[in-house]
Amino acid sequence: MTKQVTLTIDGKQVTVPDGMLVVDAAKEAGIDIPVFCYHPKMEPVGMCRMCLVEIGRPVMDRTTGKPILDDKGEPKLQFLPKLETACTNPVSEGMVVYTQSEKAEAGQKSTIEFLLTSHPLDCPICDKGGECPLQNLTMAYGPGKSRFLFDEKMHLAKMVPLGELIYLDQERCIQCARCIRFQDEVAGDAVLGFDERGRSTQIVSLSDPGFDSVFSGNTTDICPVGALTTADFRFGARPWELSSSASICSQCPVGCNITFNTRREAMSDGKIVIKRVMPRQNEEVNEIWMCDKGRFAYHYAESEKRLSKPLIRKDGKLSRASWDAATQAAGEAIAKAKKDLVVLASGRLSNEDLFNLKSFADQVEGKAVLYTHMGGGDLVSLVGVGQGTNFGAMGAGTTIVVVASDLYEEAPVWYLRVKQAVQRGAALIVANPRETKLDRYASFVIRYSYGDEVRTVHDLTKKGKVGDAFAKAENAVILFGSDGLGLDGSTALATACARALNDTEHAGKPNNGLIGVWQRANDQGAWEIGFRPEENLVGALKGKTVYVVGADPAGDDPALVRALHGTEFVIAQDLFETETAKLADVVLPAQAYTEREGTFTSGERRVQRFYPAVPALDGTRPDFAITSQVARQASVILEGTSASVVFDILAEDIKSFAGLNYAKLAEVKPQRPIVGRGDLYYGGTTYENKFGLGVQLSSAADRSEKFTLPRVQKVEELRPKEKKLLAVPVTKLYDRGVTVESAKLLNQRIGEAFVALHPSAAEQLGVEAGERVKLSLDGVSEDVVVKIDETISTGVVLVPRSMGLPISAPAEASLKAAKKVSVRA
Amino acid sequence: MLMTHILLRHRDIPDINKLNVYKSNGGFEAFKKVVTKMKPGEVTDAVKASGLRGRGGAGFPTGVKWSFIDNKIWPHYVVANADESEPGTFKDREIMESNPFQFLEGVAIASYAVGANAAYVYLRGEFWQVAKFLDEKIAEMGEAGVLGENLFGTDYSLHIYTHLGAGAYICGEETAMLESIEGKRGTPRIRPPFPAVYGLYGKPTVVNNVETLTNLPMILANGADWYKNMGTPDSAGVKVFSLSGRVRKPGNYELPFGTTFRQLIYEHGGGVQEGRPVKAIMPAGASSSFIAADEKVLDTQMDYAAVRTLGADLGSASVIVIDDTVSMDWVINKTIHFFKHESCGKCTPCREGTYWMMHLIEDIRDGGHSTDNVDLLLNVAKQMQNKCLCPLGEFSTMAVVTGIERFAQDFTK
Repeated sequence: MTKQVTLTIDGKQVTVPDGMLVVDAAKEAGIDIPVFCYHPKMEPVGMCRMCLVEIGRPVMDRTTGKPILDDKGEPKLQFLPKLETACTNPVSEGMVVYTQSEKAEAGQKSTIEFLLTSHPLDCPICDKGGECPLQNLTMAYGPGKSRFLFDEKMHLAKMVPLGELIYLDQERCIQCARCIRFQDEVAGDAVLGFDERGRSTQIVSLSDPGFDSVFSGNTTDICPVGALTTADFRFGARPWELSSSASICSQCPVGCNITFNTRREAMSDGKIVIKRVMPRQNEEVNEIWMCDKGRFAYHYAESEKRLSKPLIRKDGKLSRASWDAATQAAGEAIAKAKKDLVVLASGRLSNEDLFNLKSFADQVEGKAVLYTHMGGGDLVSLVGVGQGTNFGAMGAGTTIVVVASDLYEEAPVWYLRVKQAVQRGAALIVANPRETKLDRYASFVIRYSYGDEVRTVHDLTKKGKVGDAFAKAENAVILFGSDGLGLDGSTALATACARALNDTEHAGKPNNGLIGVWQRANDQGAWEIGFRPEENLVGALKGKTVYVVGADPAGDDPALVRALHGTEFVIAQDLFETETAKLADVVLPAQAYTEREGTFTSGERRVQRFYPAVPALDGTRPDFAITSQVARQASVILEGTSASVVFDILAEDIKSFAGLNYAKLAEVKPQRPIVGRGDLYYGGTTYENKFGLGVQLSSAADRSEKFTLPRVQKVEELRPKEKKLLAVPVTKLYDRGVTVESAKLLNQRIGEAFVALHPSAAEQLGVEAGERVKLSLDGVSEDVVVKIDETISTGVVLVPRSMGLPISAPAEASLKAAKKVSVRA
Repeated sequence: MLMTHILLRHRDIPDINKLNVYKSNGGFEAFKKVVTKMKPGEVTDAVKASGLRGRGGAGFPTGVKWSFIDNKIWPHYVVANADESEPGTFKDREIMESNPFQFLEGVAIASYAVGANAAYVYLRGEFWQVAKFLDEKIAEMGEAGVLGENLFGTDYSLHIYTHLGAGAYICGEETAMLESIEGKRGTPRIRPPFPAVYGLYGKPTVVNNVETLTNLPMILANGADWYKNMGTPDSAGVKVFSLSGRVRKPGNYELPFGTTFRQLIYEHGGGVQEGRPVKAIMPAGASSSFIAADEKVLDTQMDYAAVRTLGADLGSASVIVIDDTVSMDWVINKTIHFFKHESCGKCTPCREGTYWMMHLIEDIRDGGHSTDNVDLLLNVAKQMQNKCLCPLGEFSTMAVVTGIERFAQDFTK
């Protein structure tokens, strides 16, 4: 344990770990020392000079090493003639700190006065007004009146786009460098810097495109003034008009804790709408950060295209129907189908929705199929990760393996957590067929060929430098993804990973096990509840009655359109009139997760609650309730009124959820650093977590259950053949998924559908980066843009998922240049 | 007056900037002696015993500074501070241009003393010609076998590199200089940790001024006692005084510590132009306090302790002489503009305070010297004091505070 030291701050005795900074020690004692540049998540720089305090240190006798005592028997203290910064000085035994002495207060007052000499004081029109550290600290510590002539203030640009997402107001900036340091130290994307010097110092973006980082929004949370604002919220509302609702981000399996800020407003026809998304502290999940996709891709629920009325196909056309008629039609079709029912649902749905769907399928002896391109979630339930696993606690002694995943693009906050764990001493092994951003933090980078995933993981258990780093580590976690893999490939990979972990005794204890980098927020939950993907989905649908929920197979793949045409009956339940809905017999309009409550199970198997943020769109119902109503028509009784009751039933039924309920999920405990209270100058505008930190599920290994891991199934090896190209699917953060597509801001970062080639392949084809080629894949031809990636092999081309190109697994492809030079006929 | 120069030896020995001339005058003998016959610690002890103090301005004992270097962390670096940006200071330039080998030999001796195998000479951007010249001299030393691998048949190796800044005053501050060498913005670091523990590239580093280093070959060649016998008990040895302002013969004068202001100004500098009286002295360039001159002041011996009794610091001994034709509001207008221009912007009081002071002095000079503005200027300057991250902010207030306090009449027109 770290040595503890005792010091006195403003007469209050405080005992804190040695090495803690005075500013943080004061915080522990409930004493606020004002700061601007200091942030508890970053290295101190001592540049704003706001935290000036008097620090006295006991004078030590050099011979005895003991403090020298004064006449009264008290240790003699030595104070420097200068005030000192509380943010750069670590505590020491016997230290005495005065934060509110006349001298200290004069120092703090002078810093505020200096800062305000170049601040426009445009609080009435500033987005930060009302939650602004400068505003608050001016009221608390400032001189009240400025002696600086207002006419002599510098006038600077007030709307400088650092990128299309973040705007800089140069007049408001106080040069604290929090944003620059965040990008540098926390995000690892050092894309901001200072230009010029002295009073002309300005924040600039150093990247092209501007502010090229998926974490850019966080800088607006920690900006202590209104200098950085998001293009999304800028002039959108005043902070005090906003209500807040705790939620969970649904964009990826990380499960970042967030807060939806909402307002009822005239410009939205008197409706209550979401105005912005803010991170909510959960130190074990997302700390106080979130990525830009989570922050900006929430507009889809407000889309005009939302379904609000059930539809029934009549005379070949979908037409509006009542809920009773629609659920009856759906229920009757399922009652007729019985074991011929296929429920096809995705991890977009909550645990409660999926549980009702699974129960329904079970009771009519139908099948519950998970709509995904990635396998292995059942193995995660067996070997973990399980209870007690916490990225924040990983450091020296832990080895993290990331295989077949580009975490920066697929689960950005996990990228941050892995990076930090490495900085705390964890060993990182990145195994990927191409270069990813995480490589630079890796102790070992393994570059394998697409198709060699299983062999690569198998080698981790062999003797050698890399093998030892994995096998002999005290703790080991593997994050596996589906870069270049379809369902069978990723299943084989997951199996190999689970076996490697189990064989090296890295299962059944905290910070050990497997984490799936899924495509959707609740894929892991679906696996826990018993959903399983179908290798031959086209075959599985043939002649069946299909109940598609939260998925759009027809929109993703022409082969699935044909498959759906060959079914008996299709029920589509969604927010939108998807391609699947367009060919359904019954369409049921569901609520967005922002309109209701429920739970998601994150990739690290943490069950977390989300709460209603906005009123539900008229005419829609929550998925679990719709399923209950349809089931009733098929004479199956399911809970359909309360999500929490569905969850109680789920917890009784599914072993890993045993003992959980909504109250447990809502429990919180104190977190460090302290953020989100009145003292937002300290941690930023991040929200304090008052609505639940979530609970991690136990794994079979945690419960000491006996289990046998399956053997690794041999996968048909698709290799690039001579004069043929192998197209492999990769995941991009900003894709054409429905959530990003309807976010106008992020839309600009999506770009066009592309194909990435090795430079020599491009040369052979006679194309250059940025030119267009015709990509033929799975019988479909599309014009796409050429990108160059030097790190892949010549016979492989990368094709992004969810960009309008049908690619769920590696497939042969051909490319044709505009000049009609063909590599493969 | 000295018979011969110790630092400005080119004034006595023509062509000492040529390698063969330097060598034939005992050049590199001291370096060879320390590398082949002395342990690094002995070199440090000799420098400690000589009483040599840093010539960059702070006057910190050089040998003591070396002894702080952390021997648990390696490698070590030596950085020669050749930024010389203080207005009124022009001594290092003359040394480097005219007596380059003695300076470079000093760098080499310091490097050996602290166990550095690489040393950097950091020059302000405007010194690009000097840098080019030094590069030639460094190459010549390499060819002559006094720089490079396995020097004088020992296992000691040393390489010296020049590094050009981009012309920022702040880069004379040692931690900002280290940042600049590392390719970053030249802004000061928080101290502690000091460069002796966490310096260049995070490794223990000694930063010494050009003039300080140029003393070393002579000290090692002639012994600590020889050096100590010059100057005063407080400040041993000789100093190059950069004399400027309203004197007849401005220039560099190498004199022992303890020389009086009167001797410097009248005997060496030829007295004040037009025979006018000395009104004020800035002993350390633009960052000085003003000393109000009188007979007693003129007879004060220039060493670190004695100048402090006059309410100023000797600093880099860049003596600017001001006569009675000059008004102090004019002078501080110059210094404030300089510091406002050079403030790096990292810390609030300096960034905002210099800008505010600039507005106030302009208002004062334009608008008839209102007492309110003068009081406010004095108040703002004092409000900056003791609050800045590095000395630059502090420096910017020295002339302002002492100008207003010691020459009140110049602000009440």
